[in-house]
Amino acid sequence: MSVDLNTVRRIAHLARIAVSEAETPHLQREINAILKFVEALDTVDVDGVEPMTSVIPMRLPMREDVVADGDIAPLVLENAPLTEDGFFVVPKVIE
Amino acid sequence: MTDLTSLTLAEARDRLKHRAISSVEITRAHLEAIERAEGLNTFVAITADKAMQMAEASDARLASKEAGPLEGLPIGVKDLYATEGVHTQACSHILDGFKPHYESTVTANLWRDGAVMLGKLNMDEFAMGSSNESSYYGPVASPWRPPNWSRDRARAAMRSDKRGLLTPGGSSGGSASAVAARLCLAATASDTGGSIRQPAAFTGIVGVKPTYGRCSRYGMVAFASSLDQAGPLARTVRDAAIMLRSMAGPDPKDSTCSPTSVPDYEAAVGRSVKGMKIGVPKEYRLAGMSSEIERLWARGAEWLRAAGASVVDVSLPHTPYALPAYYIVAPAEASSNLARYDGVRYGLREPGADITELYEKTRARGFGTEVRRRLMIGTYVLSAGYYDAYYVRAQKIRTLIKRDFERVFADGVDAILTPATPSAAFGIGEKGSDNPVEMYLNDVFTVTVNMAGLPGLVAPAGLSSDGLPLGLQLIGRPFDEETLFALGEAIEQSAGRTTLPEPWWA
Repeated sequence: MSVDLNTVRRIAHLARIAVSEAETPHLQREINAILKFVEALDTVDVDGVEPMTSVIPMRLPMREDVVADGDIAPLVLENAPLTEDGFFVVPKVIE
Repeated sequence: MTDLTSLTLAEARDRLKHRAISSVEITRAHLEAIERAEGLNTFVAITADKAMQMAEASDARLASKEAGPLEGLPIGVKDLYATEGVHTQACSHILDGFKPHYESTVTANLWRDGAVMLGKLNMDEFAMGSSNESSYYGPVASPWRPPNWSRDRARAAMRSDKRGLLTPGGSSGGSASAVAARLCLAATASDTGGSIRQPAAFTGIVGVKPTYGRCSRYGMVAFASSLDQAGPLARTVRDAAIMLRSMAGPDPKDSTCSPTSVPDYEAAVGRSVKGMKIGVPKEYRLAGMSSEIERLWARGAEWLRAAGASVVDVSLPHTPYALPAYYIVAPAEASSNLARYDGVRYGLREPGADITELYEKTRARGFGTEVRRRLMIGTYVLSAGYYDAYYVRAQKIRTLIKRDFERVFADGVDAILTPATPSAAFGIGEKGSDNPVEMYLNDVFTVTVNMAGLPGLVAPAGLSSDGLPLGLQLIGRPFDEETLFALGEAIEQSAGRTTLPEPWWA
């Protein structure tokens, strides 16, 4: 499989990465090189094989359902580029 | 006086314990070495004041006999580990100014045991790379000089764009270069597809990627969560064993971290390998493999045979599919993990007219080209209509890769011996500019180990005809790092300690 320029634009938008028109053909070539490389997988017979979900079999540990952390709003906001009154600030989302 | 920076971690530990040297002395010696080695670009943040405070506290504990196993030993930390109040950016522009208010479990374990932090080490951006060239902070130079390069030529290149100097490999390039250049006694690193083992091979040092789950991933900047694993880089097998014992261990903050206790890895160093069965997988003999690598591999098998192990041919038939499957699984997980960099909660923010534009502009400016490329591939293989064809198929192939190993281990093989890399180190600016796959091929021998969650150790095994280091890899059963340390020591004893380059950079 290979991608065309429109698909490159669509993927970029899905990934939320702005891509200029000038960059698109170059990205297309690189993505297609990688897709070509992974084509080798099409030749493998995977009928009846379970997809891997956990590389080392392990029981998911359980713990008491109690509050173990929290009340650190100032610390959570500490690294934010823009805050106001204890909130993250974003452009207006709801009109 | 002996140069304090040329001691091994074990030697320094013993001298500190006997109070022949102080932590303040050895920490200062390393800070001075770091300052003189600025041109290698290994450290992205030097925490000199913190290091001296930690060293003083260590000296006090050594005096009062309350010393931990790593008491007073100065080490470096890959920029991927969250260190409280200290530069933590995984060498990405998008994490500009990020200083966490928490500590990763691995580094917390090291400080608990008395280690001293010298600073944060350069790496490929978000650990995506095999040459340390994708770092926002620029490439790292290896302390190994290119063949036939004079000291003056290397110094001139170091002061300009570093092109032509050797890469230390990646993604843990800063860690590897700093350990090989004796700027720290050892360093933390991380390995998603070979990022500890390939740099170890390129710089003539020892690297261990433990079993998935042996070290906690809490506080490590995530790349591909089902593959990422912490591990040490050090100058000897013993030093790596000492480091890993402190780094590893159960952690309630990471549900994938194993609850099993950590053995004394150092006790396995020097343990007899007599009677062990070593597998040599035929699928690792690649078409067009250099005769030099073939000879190295055969010599390694010969060393282990001489030490009393038996060497048998084994087959891991799905090996050729590991790297292509990795380039689906790893980018897919990365595209999901790196969705958190949104310009809102931390790091870089580029203003936009609406929220989508804010995301898109922030991420376009904050991520480097390699990261953008992988995020786009990951997004594509997870997108509607392609998920089964790519991602699910790759995860099925991963099951087959793991079964290959299980079959070999069930046949009584204790460990598998392979080359670490297809070649010795290459030059900065030499690879991957036309086709990204060229760079990816560096991990062809290491990536299978991550795909199967197994432990892998790379030890230096000699020099190429050009005089550059080459490594051998040992792959073990899950949670049997001890066998790897025993075998790694046998290789180190047979190969002899690699003489690391004199400081031409200083």
